[in-house]
Amino acid sequence: MKLLTGNDLKTGDVIWWAGGEWSRHVEDAVDVTDKGESLAATEEAARRVNAPYVIDAVATDNGPRPAHIKDRVRALGPTVRLDLSLKPADPHAGNWVI
Amino acid sequence: MYKYDQYDQSIVDARVAEFRDQCARRLKGELTEDQFKPLRLMNGLYLQLHAYMLRVAIPYGTLDSRQMRMLGHIARKYDRGYGHFTTRQNLQYNWIKLEDCGDILADLASVEMHAIQTSGNCIRNISSDQFAGAAADEVTDPRPWAELLRQWSSFHPEFSYLPRKFKIAVIASDEDRAAMRLHDIGMQLIERDGVVGAKIFVGGGMGRTPMIAPEIKDFVPYEDLLSYLEACLRVYNRHGRRDNMYKARIKILVHEIGAEEYARQVEEEFAHVKTLGIDPPRAELDRIAAYFADPAFETGVSDDIDCSDPDFALWLDGNVHAHKRPGYVSVTISLKPIGGIPGDASADQIDLMADLAERYSFDELRVTHSQNIVLPHVKKADLYALWQHLHAAGLGESNLDLISDIIACPGLDYCSLANARSIPVAQKIASRFADMNRQRELGELKLKISGCINACGHHHAGHIGILGVDRKGTENYQLLLGGSGAEDVSLAKITGPGFDEDGIVDAVEKVTDVYLANRAEGERFVDTYRRVGMDPFKEALYG
Repeated sequence: MKLLTGNDLKTGDVIWWAGGEWSRHVEDAVDVTDKGESLAATEEAARRVNAPYVIDAVATDNGPRPAHIKDRVRALGPTVRLDLSLKPADPHAGNWVI
Repeated sequence: MYKYDQYDQSIVDARVAEFRDQCARRLKGELTEDQFKPLRLMNGLYLQLHAYMLRVAIPYGTLDSRQMRMLGHIARKYDRGYGHFTTRQNLQYNWIKLEDCGDILADLASVEMHAIQTSGNCIRNISSDQFAGAAADEVTDPRPWAELLRQWSSFHPEFSYLPRKFKIAVIASDEDRAAMRLHDIGMQLIERDGVVGAKIFVGGGMGRTPMIAPEIKDFVPYEDLLSYLEACLRVYNRHGRRDNMYKARIKILVHEIGAEEYARQVEEEFAHVKTLGIDPPRAELDRIAAYFADPAFETGVSDDIDCSDPDFALWLDGNVHAHKRPGYVSVTISLKPIGGIPGDASADQIDLMADLAERYSFDELRVTHSQNIVLPHVKKADLYALWQHLHAAGLGESNLDLISDIIACPGLDYCSLANARSIPVAQKIASRFADMNRQRELGELKLKISGCINACGHHHAGHIGILGVDRKGTENYQLLLGGSGAEDVSLAKITGPGFDEDGIVDAVEKVTDVYLANRAEGERFVDTYRRVGMDPFKEALYG
């Protein structure tokens, strides 16, 4: 599957295209199939996202998992500061990245 | 400490207003990201993995308590309560919001700080010896010279769009504590016939093509210095490879045409530049130097230190450096707690270090390229009280220059350029060698980790270096041995095939075992490596 990701213009937060809106949670991301580039152009022009790009991901029972470790780190947060990640209560959250 | 005059302050204030407006225009959609990116980079604002990252310049790594407190304030108010001290003696914030940038830069400007020229193809922050003005072995204080270069290079119209970024280091002792010869220009201040001038090295650097800067001029007097440096930059600006960013650094130019030919062209250009009258009179250096006058050191203070507390004695043995004045030392505060993140400090720790500098070090602090903090002028009689404060705040680690005093770049945990994570590897190695007796048995051992070939973690200059690479989507770590960024400068060599995250920790342990088995009396790890060569280490690693 293909995901569309980028950063929030104001905050810089990592965001994912959730179909109709952007989400900070990769679990909400939807498969953009071959429409990622055109979606990126539209959303960037509307200033709803900054520096968007399309990535490969794998569908799992827990939602999409980006194919590359760099995007998994983006999705979770720094593995060395899980207290600042999107899953601060999960001590094993870092394992998802690796 | 240098103090801004009205020109410095007005320039920085104007830049804050300009960038505040540029941020507002970007947020309103009047600027696209393509248009905005070069503007934000000129103000040290990157877009990293998780958010915007702001790199704040700390000129030649020197700051006072008021400035340090402001760094803590910004960490607390605008970021997530911490900052990261870098190998360029700067500080980075990892979680900056674009809408806050104007306010942050205004706060910085209020304490004579900024983020200008911390990115882009310009002359970056001048780096220097963290013990400048305090060290017993310096021929002069390098800070006035570094400040002169800061003023010369700030907004220099001819050098704002160089082929690539440009880094200058200034030292003033034979002991190199600033990795001087791994800079685009390295300057060592020396004395000749009673006159202080600069020995000039050009074309060093790390990155994907590491080079040690060759000497191109044995002595440049102050009266010619800016003209000479201007000539160095002009030759580079003219002939640097703008067609290929991987070959655009000055080290490639110097390597390709040869140091001798490069020096010849510089001399030719210098003959012209010298006629332009850009060199400031000696009085200007004296004016700047007056800002760096010695603080009011006490005389007749005792050199005695009560070392009855064994933990304090351990710290004292490793973390203090000889001072030029009797009764004083320079103290290095390790930002490398076992299992911690190298170079990170919380807002509370930043505030505490500011308070301690005010109380014990004449209001001065320094940032080292090894990502530690220095209190340059501490009275020996105050050391125990100082250590107690540090120890209570988790800043009392006594591992300076030992295997757990690791330089590590932010790596893939934060950096969009990285291929692998650096920090977890540093944490695992530090934890493996947590036993202080074991660390001290190994002695001086500089371990440096980079998460990509750009080498922000100085892996080429590590006695042990580690380079993280991407091998088919997984993190892999190459091991290098034999580098040094000090006066015995050398580039580390790769041992062979890489390792996974746990494997690299085992590999580090194996090479330290080889060292212990082979070392001669008084040898450091790097000395043994240089004597016995790579073979016994490879044998232990790969069989």
